[in-house]
Amino acid sequence: MNNIATFDRLCIDDPHNSRAGHEVLEDVLRAGKQGTAMNQTATVEQVRVEDLHKSYGNNEVLKGVSLSANSGDVISIIGSSGSGKSTWLRCINFLENPTAGRITVGGKEIGLKRNGKGELVVADPKQLQQIRTRLSMVFQHFNLWSHMTVLENVIEAPIHVLGIPKAEAMERAERYLERVGVWKFRDAYPAHMSGGQQQRVAIARALAMEPSVLLFDEPTSALDPELVGEVLKVMRSLAEEGRTMLVVTHEMGFAREVSNHVIFVHQGRVEEEGNPREVLVRPQSERLQQFLSGNLK
Amino acid sequence: MELFDFQVITTSLPEFWRGLLMTLQLTGIALLCGFIVAVPLAVARVSKNPWVSGPVSAYTYFFRGTPMLVQLLLIYYGAGQWAWMQAAWEAGHPVWLLFREPFFCALLAFGLNTCAYTIEIIAGAMRNTPHGEIEAAKAMGMTRFKALQRIVLPSSLRRMLPSYSNEVILMLQGSAIASAVTLVDLTGAARNVYSRHFAPFEAFVFVGLIYLVLTFVLVGLFKYAEGRWLAHLAPRKAARRKEA
Repeated sequence: MNNIATFDRLCIDDPHNSRAGHEVLEDVLRAGKQGTAMNQTATVEQVRVEDLHKSYGNNEVLKGVSLSANSGDVISIIGSSGSGKSTWLRCINFLENPTAGRITVGGKEIGLKRNGKGELVVADPKQLQQIRTRLSMVFQHFNLWSHMTVLENVIEAPIHVLGIPKAEAMERAERYLERVGVWKFRDAYPAHMSGGQQQRVAIARALAMEPSVLLFDEPTSALDPELVGEVLKVMRSLAEEGRTMLVVTHEMGFAREVSNHVIFVHQGRVEEEGNPREVLVRPQSERLQQFLSGNLK
Repeated sequence: MELFDFQVITTSLPEFWRGLLMTLQLTGIALLCGFIVAVPLAVARVSKNPWVSGPVSAYTYFFRGTPMLVQLLLIYYGAGQWAWMQAAWEAGHPVWLLFREPFFCALLAFGLNTCAYTIEIIAGAMRNTPHGEIEAAKAMGMTRFKALQRIVLPSSLRRMLPSYSNEVILMLQGSAIASAVTLVDLTGAARNVYSRHFAPFEAFVFVGLIYLVLTFVLVGLFKYAEGRWLAHLAPRKAARRKEA
């Protein structure tokens, strides 16, 4: 209940400083493999989106947006409804097909081809699967598989997509369900849980893929106000672990306190972006000022 | 003369027993085969490609749009009208000879009929799969086939249970028309008993009771299956509520 209150009082300095040791080491190793200088540890680029466009018929909802996320970055994408921020996120793992643009995941540019509708789709189905297992998504409406128990939801994709043995998947599931505080519900069905619990299971399901980037599509927008805090607390602790996260959100507190970069989208364009403590405190554009005055809590 | 002569029934018990076996075989085999064929055809039925879904929907429209009795008579009596079929019979062709067997013809008619209904039941359940669950499957890297196999079908085959139980019960009752092609099923046995003893009440009341008991057993089985496989849609138990 008092999660929201504690959430606002807690203030960490920089998500980069609290990165877990092994994550940094991993980055060093990855950087080494890619031939980058060893001292540029924390700047391995996980996702890069360049000049992304998306149209539905004549309605262009994304008019050339770009972002770049390095390991450990927590990027909040904010904007009013209909600004295109969700579409942007969904284009990154190709749940929606962009009409133009380039996407690079883990240093590899994705090979795209045009389909009959003039949209860009991933040319190689194998690569599409790779992208989707590297970028794990958490949805606004949780989208848990309703006929499976919590545990079955979390072990499903590791076993049947990644092909890891069941015992290992169970061990992962246990670790991540405990991590988000819903291990005791492992045998329950999603419909028998609160929204906050379901969303935490969905986060555990995404974590069990051990992705390099977590995508959050308005993860608290479908929750009752008193349940928002428990989900934000989990997301904050993931950020503190040094996970790379792209978060489409309406939670200005989260954007300000947890993310190290904030992007304000307005009518399909990036209107303003930068360090949240500057951008959200001293917004330069009139649009963002208007948006914040209607939103800031 | 008594109102209800139990002796008529007791002396005819072996006949009713054989009829019961016939009814169970006919409906059981037809339902099983119909179901197995219906699953892949239901997948085709929900396909966006009209060349795939079109033929299946034509099939289900025909078999759902005409009475099963008409289909049965058409197969049993109609088959012999073709010259090539008769030629095949003369030649002793093993497959076409089956069309002279009333048991096979009834099985074929019942199977085709229940298959058509089952396709529509499964396809309906598949169309009602929550879109978000399919999206989550995609986002987790599942291919379309994987998502079908792991998410859409398991979920649909559970949600179809209540409507499928109706189909099973209707098939059981509907199998009574097997007597139209000389088969002695439960209803056929009752008709024989009636004509032999001229005891309509005894014969038809008793056979009605057997159908009733069979239906109760089926309802019970489906209730058990729903408790097992549809627990995720049932209201949660009161005890759980506390844990939140």
